Amino acid sequence: MSVSTPLLVISGLSKSYPGVKAVDAVSLTVGRGEIHALLGENGAGKSTLVKMVYGLVTPDAGSISFDGVPYAPRKPLEARALGVGLVFQHFSLFEALTVAENVALGLPAAAARGDLAGRIAQVSRGYGIEIDPARRVGALSVGERQRIEIVRCLLQNPRLIMMDEPTSVLTPQEAAKLFETLRALAAEGRSILYISHKMDEIRALCERATVMRGGRVIATCDPRTESARSLAEMMIGTTLAEPKRSAGAAGPVRLSVRNLSLPPAAPFGTALAEISFDVRGGEVLGIAGVAGNGQTELMEALLGERLVAEPATIVLDGAPAGHDGPRERRTRGCAFVPEERLGHGAVPGLSLVENVLLSSRTVSWSGMIDWGAARARADLIVADFDVRTAGVEGSARSLSGGNLQKYVVGREVLTEPKVFIASQPTWGVDAGASAAIHQAILTLAERGAAVVIISQDLDELFQISTRIAVIAGGRLTEAKPVGALTVEGLGRAMGGPLIDTEPDGQHATGAAHV
Amino acid sequence: MLFATPFIAFALTLLAGVVLFWLLGKNPAKALMTIFVTPLTSIRGLAELTVKATPLILIATGLAIGFRAGIWNIGAEGQFTIGALTGGSVALWAYPGGGVWLLPLMMSAGALGGIAWAAIPAFLRTRFNTNEILTSLMLVYVAILLLGLLVQGPLRDPQSFNFPESRLFQPAALLPGLIAGTRAHIGFLIAIVVTVLAHILVTRHMLGFVTRVYGDAPHAAAFAGIPERHVVWLCFAISGGLAGLAGVFEAAGPVGQLVPQLPSGYGFSAIIVAFLGRLQPLGILAAGLLLGLTSIGGETAQITMGLPSATTSVFQGLLLFFLLATDVLVTHRIRIGRSMETA
Repeated sequence: MSVSTPLLVISGLSKSYPGVKAVDAVSLTVGRGEIHALLGENGAGKSTLVKMVYGLVTPDAGSISFDGVPYAPRKPLEARALGVGLVFQHFSLFEALTVAENVALGLPAAAARGDLAGRIAQVSRGYGIEIDPARRVGALSVGERQRIEIVRCLLQNPRLIMMDEPTSVLTPQEAAKLFETLRALAAEGRSILYISHKMDEIRALCERATVMRGGRVIATCDPRTESARSLAEMMIGTTLAEPKRSAGAAGPVRLSVRNLSLPPAAPFGTALAEISFDVRGGEVLGIAGVAGNGQTELMEALLGERLVAEPATIVLDGAPAGHDGPRERRTRGCAFVPEERLGHGAVPGLSLVENVLLSSRTVSWSGMIDWGAARARADLIVADFDVRTAGVEGSARSLSGGNLQKYVVGREVLTEPKVFIASQPTWGVDAGASAAIHQAILTLAERGAAVVIISQDLDELFQISTRIAVIAGGRLTEAKPVGALTVEGLGRAMGGPLIDTEPDGQHATGAAHV
Repeated sequence: MLFATPFIAFALTLLAGVVLFWLLGKNPAKALMTIFVTPLTSIRGLAELTVKATPLILIATGLAIGFRAGIWNIGAEGQFTIGALTGGSVALWAYPGGGVWLLPLMMSAGALGGIAWAAIPAFLRTRFNTNEILTSLMLVYVAILLLGLLVQGPLRDPQSFNFPESRLFQPAALLPGLIAGTRAHIGFLIAIVVTVLAHILVTRHMLGFVTRVYGDAPHAAAFAGIPERHVVWLCFAISGGLAGLAGVFEAAGPVGQLVPQLPSGYGFSAIIVAFLGRLQPLGILAAGLLLGLTSIGGETAQITMGLPSATTSVFQGLLLFFLLATDVLVTHRIRIGRSMETA
């Protein structure tokens, strides 16, 4: 840390939204060349804080000084002009355009002129961020797309770089590569404010951490001297209940997939190639992989939203199910949690009660709706899964992301399925709720259900899976027992296809330079 | 708040009417009285109101179910015409005979005719992903020309002295009247029954639920296991069938024969009725009566006050305009002079 004045000083910053104090008198300092972690649950106020520093949100009270000068950006343009950059968690890229064209779109008109491709190449060489300005974004992996956002940020020569959950879409190797870049940037005297809820990477990367909970700063600590568990407990404010896993004997094969191949449904989608796996009752099969490697297509095929040509490709309890739609599969004991909650797993404009009907097996599909039963079911889900809501008559849209996720998972778990297939079941929910969801999934398995969890969160998969397979480039590796796997090994598999028969080897580029 | 906008829109329409009549040099108070009150003061006026409102309610109820799902059947006028044609053909085929079986047969033929015509855009959309707004609208003109062709040809009254019109329907093919000496017919009672059934469908039945799921989140409909083509076919079948039924009622009710002028814009006015009624069957019942009132009142004002014949259309257009405008203002906020930067 530098001995001169800190680069960023936040004092007493507050922001209220109707009914909630998102950020409550937060103070923190980031020194020059420091990598400072901002740690907290979903809804702890991290994002609001960062948006205030970036000029997207105006604070109600408090002040910021940047480089020793009072600083109150009214819009991101002013923040960027002073040297504050933000790399978003979700990318805003056009898939049909090239890297250089996308970068140009995000820059002020003056900065986008001239030899942009040359400058991109220069910056990416300078920091070891490998990227080809002439490639089309649609053909890039998620990790490569993130590099575009980072390069775009660096082209404006920022002194403070804020990153919102940057590794949530990266393989472990890609994350390690990112950390090298960040360290190089810090060594140049640039400061980094790094937002995450992943303890391990914060302990590996940062020298100081500010922990937020419920809009307030709970602690400032040196993460290297804390354990992952102590950091997590600071974040959630209570002790963590580890999900229990019982080593029950595996039952008969309930779900069997044989040579599942499907062309992509959308442009830039991923084709599934000869995917095969079996899941026994009592077993949890984890499917790891970086987003965009065929998870969406696999979920569509397992759900029955897209049907396969040969019925025996998907077998439920010994009988072919490849030609069954979602309703038939539910009748046969399946339940599904798709990755996208709003608009896929739930209808935004309908009430929670109405959303019960979406996947209900008990409510008659042939005739009249029993609203009493649907309401009772909604109340049960809300109570069992601790969904924070003003009432079950409220629309699905009105719930926060994490609460809606709890509601959707709860709705499916409570149908007591024999085959449970979920994509990203704890995405965006806090550690306490995520432990509860994991426990519910393990209990399902214990009662004899076959469970498939598609997730990008390796910690989650290691915690609840019996076996883990990796999906990369639309192919699935053979599932191996959790005990026989390491994070590094999985990460390598996630970086590229294991069967290197495809001539372009597009997805291999992510791993090629590791 | 969204349920208050039809009333606000109606009030604004009245206000615009005052300005309009004042500019035309007519007494605004008298004109509005003639249009909105006079028809309600006589049995004859009330009977005419049911005659005008029946097709509007029937068609709008069907359209609304599709509109809730985001399926835009704009061609109800064509399905109405084909319904009148198929139902009327059954009457002419039985001419001069008939019995109690004839009217039910005509209604079935009319509804099926409407469904068949609506099946064309439904098929094109589900098979070729064709925009149903364009295809259903274009088929309106095909249907009207087809009616014109047939009443000049095979369906023409042999004693019509070459006028393009069919025979007058035999008594067994005419809808029983409701009030002696007026044109009110039992079609209005059927429209009320349809409203009640549609209300149950929309609020308590899975089919009504399915259309709302699809309209709000098509991807969630796929998750629930509702294929898009089922929703498209369901919506076109219901709206086409009801429009066809309205067509038979028009031919077997107030008109009593097939003539080229039979389609007189009910299929388009019904779109206004559907939105004015908030796509709710009970709201549509009220909106259908209101729109029926403007057209009768408009005709009366045309005769007694010498107002232009376009008055009715102007009023209906104003009503839809104000409704859509107030809806936008209720759900959105106007901000002038500031633009958000997208980062």
